[in-house]
Amino acid sequence: MTEKLSMQAIILKLQQYWSAQGCMLMQAYDTEKGAGTMSPYTFLRAIGPEPWNAAYVEPSRRPADGRYGENPNRLYQHHQFQVVMKPSPDNIQELYLNSLRELGIDPLEHDIRFVEDNWENPSMGCAGVGWEVWLDGMEITQFTYFQVVGGMEVDPVTSEVTYGLERLASYVQDVNSVFDLEWADGVKYGDIFKEPEYEHSKYSFEESDQDMLLRHFDEFEAEAKKQIANGLVHPAYDYILKCSHTFNLLDARGAVSVTERAGYLSRIRNMARAVARAFVAERKKRGFPLVKDDKLREKLLADEEAK
Amino acid sequence: MAHTFLLEIGLEEMPAHVVTPAIKQLVKRTADYLKEQRVDYDDIKPFSTPRRLAVLISGLADKQEDISESVKGPAKKIAQDADGNWSKAAIGFTRGQGLTPDDITFKEIKGTEYVYVDKFIAGEPVASVLAGLRDIIMAMTFPTMMKWSTHHFQYIRPIRWMVALLDDQVIPFSILDVTTGRSTRGHRFLGKEIDLATAADYEENLTSQFVIADADKRKQLIKQQIDKLAADNDWTVDVDAGLLEEVNNLVEWPTAFAGSFDDKYLTIPDEVLITSMRDHQRFFYARDANGKLLPVFISVRNGTDHDLQNVVAGNEKVLTARLEDAMFFYTEDQKKTIADFVDRLKTVSFHDKISTMAEKMDRVKAIVAVLAKHLNLNDAQTKAALRASEIYKFDLVTGMVGEFAELQGVMGEKYALLGGEDPAVAQAIREHYEPISADGALPESVPGAVLALADKFDSILTFFAAGMIPSGSNDPYALRRQATGIVRIAKDQNWALPVAELASDFIAAETDAKVAPDLDQASQIQAVVDFIKDRIRKILRSAKQRHDIIDAVTNGSSSDVLRLFTAADILASHANDDNFKDVIESLTRVIRLAQKAPAELADATVDAKLFENDSEGALDQGVAEVAAAADKGLNDLYAALADIQPTIAAYFEATMVMDKNEAVKNNRLTELSKLANLAMGLGDLDQLIVK
Repeated sequence: MTEKLSMQAIILKLQQYWSAQGCMLMQAYDTEKGAGTMSPYTFLRAIGPEPWNAAYVEPSRRPADGRYGENPNRLYQHHQFQVVMKPSPDNIQELYLNSLRELGIDPLEHDIRFVEDNWENPSMGCAGVGWEVWLDGMEITQFTYFQVVGGMEVDPVTSEVTYGLERLASYVQDVNSVFDLEWADGVKYGDIFKEPEYEHSKYSFEESDQDMLLRHFDEFEAEAKKQIANGLVHPAYDYILKCSHTFNLLDARGAVSVTERAGYLSRIRNMARAVARAFVAERKKRGFPLVKDDKLREKLLADEEAK
Repeated sequence: MAHTFLLEIGLEEMPAHVVTPAIKQLVKRTADYLKEQRVDYDDIKPFSTPRRLAVLISGLADKQEDISESVKGPAKKIAQDADGNWSKAAIGFTRGQGLTPDDITFKEIKGTEYVYVDKFIAGEPVASVLAGLRDIIMAMTFPTMMKWSTHHFQYIRPIRWMVALLDDQVIPFSILDVTTGRSTRGHRFLGKEIDLATAADYEENLTSQFVIADADKRKQLIKQQIDKLAADNDWTVDVDAGLLEEVNNLVEWPTAFAGSFDDKYLTIPDEVLITSMRDHQRFFYARDANGKLLPVFISVRNGTDHDLQNVVAGNEKVLTARLEDAMFFYTEDQKKTIADFVDRLKTVSFHDKISTMAEKMDRVKAIVAVLAKHLNLNDAQTKAALRASEIYKFDLVTGMVGEFAELQGVMGEKYALLGGEDPAVAQAIREHYEPISADGALPESVPGAVLALADKFDSILTFFAAGMIPSGSNDPYALRRQATGIVRIAKDQNWALPVAELASDFIAAETDAKVAPDLDQASQIQAVVDFIKDRIRKILRSAKQRHDIIDAVTNGSSSDVLRLFTAADILASHANDDNFKDVIESLTRVIRLAQKAPAELADATVDAKLFENDSEGALDQGVAEVAAAADKGLNDLYAALADIQPTIAAYFEATMVMDKNEAVKNNRLTELSKLANLAMGLGDLDQLIVK
C-alpha cells in the first residue's frame, strides 16, 4: 500500500469504479434503516424482472450495537458501500476483486478468501447465498446472491456486494479504532461521530420514550398497510422502514420480550411481503419500463398475465 | 487403446464443508454411470479444491461393450402360415428388433417351436458416452442450492468453466452458457488460465499454476507445514481434524504461518481464547510442553509466502480486536457478583408462555430436592446440587456469554470458581447442559448429573404443559435431545428413574415451595412418559435390539428408564432358551385373560375358599413366590416367571377360568391379574413374537 486513503477518498474511488462498471450512483436513502439492503434501491429493485445496477453509500443504524462511542469497533451507525447488479454478472467476483485493487489492496500482497456465509433477514423475508470476504482474516465485505426477497423468489438474481466502510478503512489506514480514521484531510471520524455515537447510545438504551415508540410502531404499521392497499408502494415502504427502526429502538431499550420480539418481526415480515407484491404489480402496470428488450418485455407482461 | 478422460467443474468458491461430500458424490455418480453404460475403466481419481471438482478416469475402453443376445419371438405356428409365409406378427417382431424375417431361426421349448433372432448391438464409442456426463453433473445435489443471473437451474455455486478432455480431444457439451473446453483456471491470484494439451497433464499443469488439486496431498502438506512450525518453535499443536478439513477446503495453495498475541490476554480463560482462535478465525492454537496455552497461533494462507508479513500482521490485528473485546467482558463481568447476575435473571424470559429464567431455577431447585432424596445422594452431593440449582443460569447475563454464546456453562463454571463457589457447584453448572449432542459427553459428577436431569425434566414438563409439543421435524426447543439426555444420564449413572412417579413428585414439590408455573403440568405426565419412552425405543433400535422386545418393554407398566433397558437385556438374553416359547405363551395367556377382569376387581384379594382344584392353590403359591422375586430385581423376576410355567400349564389344564359361578370366576380373574401385573413389570409380553 503506497498511500493511505481517507474515508471519503475510499468512497470516491468506489463510486468511480462501480460507475465505470455500469452502476448508477444513487444517494443514501433518507429514512432510517439497519442496512443498505433495506434501501428501496436494493430491496424493491431486487424484486421483479427489471434489470438494475446501482451503487451507493448507506449510513446504517443499529441501536443495539451502540457503545457510547467507547468501543473501537462497534457503532450505533456505520456506513456501508452497497453495490447491486441484476442480473448478477458472470464476472462479479472479478469485478469486486478489481475494486480492492483500486483501493490499493493487491491480492498478491494479502490473503483474500471467500468464506461461506448465507445471509438472511427474516424480518424482511429475505434470504441469499454467498460469502463473507476475508482480508488477512478480517471480514470486509458481505457478498450475496439474493434468492428470496420480500418472500418472493427472485428472477433474475441480484448480486449484492456490501463493503463495511469503517472496517475497510481501518485496514487501509492501519488504525485500531474507527474513531482514529481520517474522514477527510485533517478531520477524524471521531471528530464527526463520537458525539452522535454517545448521544444515540444514551438515547437508545436509557432515554427513549417507550410508550411513544410502541404507539408509533402501531401507527406506522397501520399507515403502511393502508398505503399498500392504495397501491402507493413507496410511501408504504417508508412506513415499513420506520416500523423496522422503531422496533430496533424498542429492542435496544430491552422493552421487547422474547415472544413479543417474534411477534413484531412477523408483523414487519408480513408488510414486507405485501409491499413486495404491490411493487411488482405497480411495475407491471407501467409495463416494466427498465426492460429494454421489447420482445422480452412483451413476453414478461404476457407471462405475468398468465399467472 | 486405453484412454484417459478429465472432467473438471469450475465453480465460484464452494462452502468448505461441501467440498469433500461433493467430490465423493461426483465419483460415485460417474462410476455408476460408466457401469450402467457398460464402459470399462481402471480408476477414477478425484480432485477437489474450493473452486473445482474434477475426476480423472484412466484405462477407459474405446467403446461400450457390445450387446449380443438371443431374443424370443412368437410361436412358429403364429409366425408362419401353412405355406411358410411370414405373418404380420413375425414381421413386426423382427422390425421391432431392427432386423428382418431373414434373421429368424427356430428353437424348441417344451415341445413348441418358437421364433428366435440373434440380436447384436455394437457399443457406442466412448466419446459419445462421456458426453452424457452432462446429466451427471446436473443431477448433483447439495445441502444449499442457489440460482444466479437469469438462470433457473440450481447448484451449489455458479458454474464458471468446464473441462471435458478425452486424451487430447474436447468432449463438447454445455450447461447453461458454459461450454466444455480444454482450458482450466489456476489460482485466483497467483495463476492464470491455461490450456491442457491432454487430460493426463491436469494435476501437473495446475501445480504450475499454484493449485494443488489433490485434496489429500494438500491436506498432508498443510499438516507438514504446521508440524514444522510447531517443531521449530517447540510448540505442541494438536491438529484438530475437523479444522484441518475445513482449512484444506478454503485454500488451493497452502502456506502455514505463525502469529502471536500479547501475553496479557492469557489471563482470559483458555476456552475463550480457543473459541476465538479456532471457531472464529480458523486458527490452530499451540501449547507448551506442560500443556499451557501459548500466546501464538498458526493459520494457513491461500498463497505463497510472498509478503507474508502483511498477512501475519492483519490476522494478528483481527485476533487482538476479538481478544480485546473478550478481555473487556471478562473484566466487566468480574466487577459484579453472582447474586447480581442471578437477580437479573428475573427479567430474562425462559419462554414467554412459561416463566422467567429465575422462576425456572426455583422449579429446578424443587426438582433437585426430590431427585436427591430419590437417589439417596450423600449430604455433600445434595448440598452442591441444591446450591448449583439456585444460580446455575447466571452466566447467561454475563457480557462474555452475550458475546460468546457457545461458552454458556463453561463461563458459568469459571465465574462460579472466581466467585468462591464450591468446585462441585461450579462443575455442576458447566455439566448441566450435557449431553450437548445425541452422543455428546455426559455429566461426570453426581451433582452435575442431577442438575442436568432436573433442568431437562423441567423444560419438557413445562413446554408440554404450555402446549409446545414437538411434532414431526418441528422441535424448535430441542426437547427430543433433552429427553435423550435424561435417558442417557440415567443409564450412565445406573439410576432408577420411574418417570411417571417422579413427575408427580416434582409437581407436588413445586406446589409446596410455591414455585409451580401457572400451567397444568399434571395432565401432561402420561404424554411426557410416552415422549421419553419414544427416545428409549430409538436408542434400543439403534442398539439393534429385537423389535418385538422393544415393543414389549416400552408397553409394559413401568416408566422407569433404567428398568426398560434392563428388561430388554433380560428378554434378549433368554430369547434363545429352550423354554422361552412356553414361558412367554403361558404368560401371554395369563395377561390376555386378566384383561377380561372387571375394573372393580383391581383391589380384590384371592379367596382360597373358592378354589375348586389343587392347581389353583399351587398357582396362588407360585404367584406369591414371583411377587417375592420381583422385589429382588428383574433377573429374579424373570427366573421366577420361568419357573412358574409348569404350574400355569397345569392350572389351565385343570381349571376353566370363565366359570358359570360369578364368584368363582372373579376369584380366578383376580388371581390371574396379580400374576399379569407382575409380568407387566417386565414388559407387555403379549408383544413378543415366539415361533
